[in-house]
Amino acid sequence: MKLGEIKDLLHASVLTENFDLDTDVDSAFCSDIMSNVLAYANDKSILITGLYNAQVLRTADMMGMACVVFIGRRDPDPEIIELANELEICVLLTRSSMFTTCGLLFYNGLNGGVPSELQR
Amino acid sequence: MNSNDSLHFQYVVSKDDFTHAGSASSDVKNKLKMMNVDAAAVRKVSIAMYEGEINMIIHAYGGTIDVDIYEDRIVMCLKDTGPGIANIEEAMQEGFSTAPADVINLGFGAGMGLPNMRNNSDEFNIESEVGVGTTVTMTVYFSS
Repeated sequence: MKLGEIKDLLHASVLTENFDLDTDVDSAFCSDIMSNVLAYANDKSILITGLYNAQVLRTADMMGMACVVFIGRRDPDPEIIELANELEICVLLTRSSMFTTCGLLFYNGLNGGVPSELQR
Repeated sequence: MNSNDSLHFQYVVSKDDFTHAGSASSDVKNKLKMMNVDAAAVRKVSIAMYEGEINMIIHAYGGTIDVDIYEDRIVMCLKDTGPGIANIEEAMQEGFSTAPADVINLGFGAGMGLPNMRNNSDEFNIESEVGVGTTVTMTVYFSS
């Protein structure tokens, strides 16, 4: 799925400068626990989280993830967006709930970025 | 580069400096990418070193990370100045954590740090003494 489709499905705002509509992602990983992201996500995933801090961006960077989707009613601090721009990670912000966000993406064909051994 | 020669880098990690947590790991990741190290190795190094860096910030009193990049591998030595780990076997178990609530609220402290470090290293060694500190040495080999 293209990042542009994800943006449209979630009615998301783009908060960063480096948004490439044509970037392909093959899965999504949703967590507020960054160590779980580091342990279980794959690098073609996007990260969906309600946690707003610099370590979310650092974690996405370590994983080589192209996009972080923030869930929430408030905007992330400018320092976080500045770091995302520096790391060239696209940040989307949706006002949808976590459940709705994941449901919409799954329904439209995005899979969970979890290794098969964890899906038993 | 001769197989026994290395490029050496040292990073100082300060206790509770969450703002810069991960900057050393980012720097090493970028260096490896510029050196055209294979993506799988870069990913392992990034995860292992980042978890270690976070551990030094949230659990220890800070310390240093010495990185040596050889032709075929990278060796990361993370040395903190305490407080040390009383029971290493327990600390290596997934889910075991002594992290306070404020650290958990930042997205860490789930008891995955040391296991993630071990799982992303080809060689892993940990030594610790209560009141002295902990030294973790991790090696990741590159694909030829």
